[in-house]
Amino acid sequence: MSTIKITVTRYNPETSSEPFTQSYTIPYKEDMVVLDALNYIKNHVDGTLTHRWSCRMGVCGSCGMMVNGDAKLTCATFLRDYYPGEVQVDPLAHFPVIRDLVIDMSDFMDKLLEIKPWIIRSEEKPLEEGEYLQSPDELNLYKQFSMCINCMICYSACPVYGHDQSFLGPAAIALAHRYNMDSRDEGQDQRAEIIGSHEGIWECTFVGECTRVCPEHVDPAAAIQRSKVQLTKEYFLSWMWPWGN
Amino acid sequence: MAVRVKTTDPIWWGLFSAGGTLAAFLLPVHVIVTGVGIAFGWVSPQVLAYQRITALLENPLLQIYLFLLISLPLFHWAHRFRFVLMDLGLRSLKTPVAVLCYGVAMVGTLLAALLLFF
Repeated sequence: MSTIKITVTRYNPETSSEPFTQSYTIPYKEDMVVLDALNYIKNHVDGTLTHRWSCRMGVCGSCGMMVNGDAKLTCATFLRDYYPGEVQVDPLAHFPVIRDLVIDMSDFMDKLLEIKPWIIRSEEKPLEEGEYLQSPDELNLYKQFSMCINCMICYSACPVYGHDQSFLGPAAIALAHRYNMDSRDEGQDQRAEIIGSHEGIWECTFVGECTRVCPEHVDPAAAIQRSKVQLTKEYFLSWMWPWGN
Repeated sequence: MAVRVKTTDPIWWGLFSAGGTLAAFLLPVHVIVTGVGIAFGWVSPQVLAYQRITALLENPLLQIYLFLLISLPLFHWAHRFRFVLMDLGLRSLKTPVAVLCYGVAMVGTLLAALLLFF
């Protein structure tokens, strides 16, 4: 039977102060993904291994980890792309680790709430007036940014976030842009204060890694650049045209 | 229009962005004409003759064009270099690095203005 060596970073703050690595040699099949390997270890070899997962089909965004140094959704990363080489699995970079491969996502969750990722209306229209209509062209303005599954892989790949955790980060800005571009939304003013702040879009140096690693093919780098253009134009107009609206 | 952005970042990013556009579209043309064209004999050296250029520089439109061509790409460099230094680990020196980078661009802009307009 073919086997593959999986090396996992372990960390348990209750028993050790430092993380360490542990290797497991497990049966290999061509259709296995990295998450299958971790589940095999958990179920058959070492029940103490801790990792997050849920849907196994690239929808829930729970199983993001570093695979041989690259931020990946482990349910969509096949072992055959590394076999017969070894696979090293680490927790997502740039986040505090709670245990083994489980990271503390509270910083991202706070930032996500800050940008108000929902449709904001200054006044809701009554139900009897019917639904808010939207044309296919209006939908296309934001559709790709709505595919984000909050997996935080872009944060792990972003060197700016790695240097400075006060940076709002790719997914939160992409989602702010998604709602700003929605014809039903009227919350641009509220989001502009957050994304237009010093820690918002301006810290991005357009490395573009967020877009490269996104498993859902969202383009956060484009969202950030478009927001920069939009807010810069608005900034200069507000000085030249203070009486406008 | 209400001011929704309360930092000076749009000024620096705006200058960076305008400078990048000029650097990408216009500087290559100048490099080809003055740096490559004359060396390969595609352009007559007379085009850059001192007398001719000084006469051309009397034209205010050309003065403004050259001023923008020199100044804006300097700000483009300043912004990019500032962030390169941040990425290299000088985050603790944020303010001095910004003052140094934009300061150099401002001095360059001032020199260009002095040479072109006075």
